[in-house]
Amino acid sequence: MTNKILYVLGIAALAILVWNIYTIARLPEETRQGEVFKIIFFHVPMAITAMIAAAVALIASVGFLLTKNFKFDALAVAVTEVGLAFLAGNLVTGSIWGREIWGIWWAWDARLTSALVCWLLYAGYLMLRRAIEEPTQRATFAAVFSIFAFIDVPIVIFSIKWWRTQHPQPVFWAGGSFPPDWTKHFLWNMLAMALLGAVMIAVRLRQEESQRELDSLRRMAHAL
Amino acid sequence: MQFFRQVFVVAAKDLRAEFRTKEAINASFAFALVILLMFSFAFDIPVETARDISGGLLWIVFAFAGTLVLNRSFARELPNDCLDALIAAPVSGAALYLGKALANYVLVLAVELVSLPVFSIFNNLSVTGQFWELLLVLALGTWGLTVIGTIFSALTVNIRLREVMLPMLTYPILVPALMGAMQLTSALVAGKPIGADNEAWLKMLIGFDVVYTAVSLVLVETVLVG
Repeated sequence: MTNKILYVLGIAALAILVWNIYTIARLPEETRQGEVFKIIFFHVPMAITAMIAAAVALIASVGFLLTKNFKFDALAVAVTEVGLAFLAGNLVTGSIWGREIWGIWWAWDARLTSALVCWLLYAGYLMLRRAIEEPTQRATFAAVFSIFAFIDVPIVIFSIKWWRTQHPQPVFWAGGSFPPDWTKHFLWNMLAMALLGAVMIAVRLRQEESQRELDSLRRMAHAL
Repeated sequence: MQFFRQVFVVAAKDLRAEFRTKEAINASFAFALVILLMFSFAFDIPVETARDISGGLLWIVFAFAGTLVLNRSFARELPNDCLDALIAAPVSGAALYLGKALANYVLVLAVELVSLPVFSIFNNLSVTGQFWELLLVLALGTWGLTVIGTIFSALTVNIRLREVMLPMLTYPILVPALMGAMQLTSALVAGKPIGADNEAWLKMLIGFDVVYTAVSLVLVETVLVG
């Protein structure tokens, strides 16, 4: 049953994404930036999805420490992995945009730097998990690290903001310049990305659960 | 009161053990010297440039050398199962953690205070212009380094690749603290006072120390006992 739901949702996400790419490609060029401006339809939703993933990872980690229920641990690792992939996508699309508009692939600007530091933090989380064998210890230490990492994110963002800034200001609110009739396309793509992320997380979650089942079976076999 | 006496006993024990063997502090200081030497031939820098980047150079040295001390902090307790005995002892995890952090703080600060004149001599820079302000930045930055380093030393003590994991996990978390300490140190060495344009960094450094000391004290029991 859940398998079927996953298939349906996955296909829906892909269908929306393909439709979005088709409609976005046919939108007129933006006056100042041209075609490359449209990368914003992917760049920003990826960032938002990654941020939501980080928040869910925090909640799941705290949940694990409070309840010692491994479902929370599986959720934490699943959202962290998927969030990391989306953040990587965000960094790559941003880099392509930077190459076109700034003429350089990378600038040590506030948001780029803080996004990279976040990426490194959560990559550290995954590496920490691989270094620990014992499941309870792995889940506990990973949860502690996830809490440390999440607290660091706002401090990193503020400190790097004081350091230097070059990234364009948000164009969506507070008198932003985003074309209002394009907002619809943006929201559709936001939905596609979030749905895609959710399906990936669900798949990863099931994989984590079967892994744990396998481990317990192996332990039982050894005990016999 | 009891709590602080326990903290003090743990710190004194660690310092006594360290001063008898001197294994961590010697290695750390020798390492700091080697990096300072590498810097001086890697970048053949004029004095003005050295003054501008002094904060960056110094804190990279401190972060690298400090990691050696922090790595030993809990690893020292592994032989003879001392760590299990410490955890079983009737002191709270927070007291144990704070005691160890305090001992590490003294050691890392000692390495820094010895490296500072060496750095000043190698690069023809005076660091005594605003010595007390510099000492304040050292004290705050090093506390951030030790707070994070000690809790992660406890976290990585039993896992594979311990020596690699500690810096890999701590440096990204330390980014804001190191950045603030670097900015302030460069400004102070260049003769600029701590004023309107860099006061925010000082506040950030204090905030980082307070937040992470609190979070570590809450989570250390979980890390040690599970």
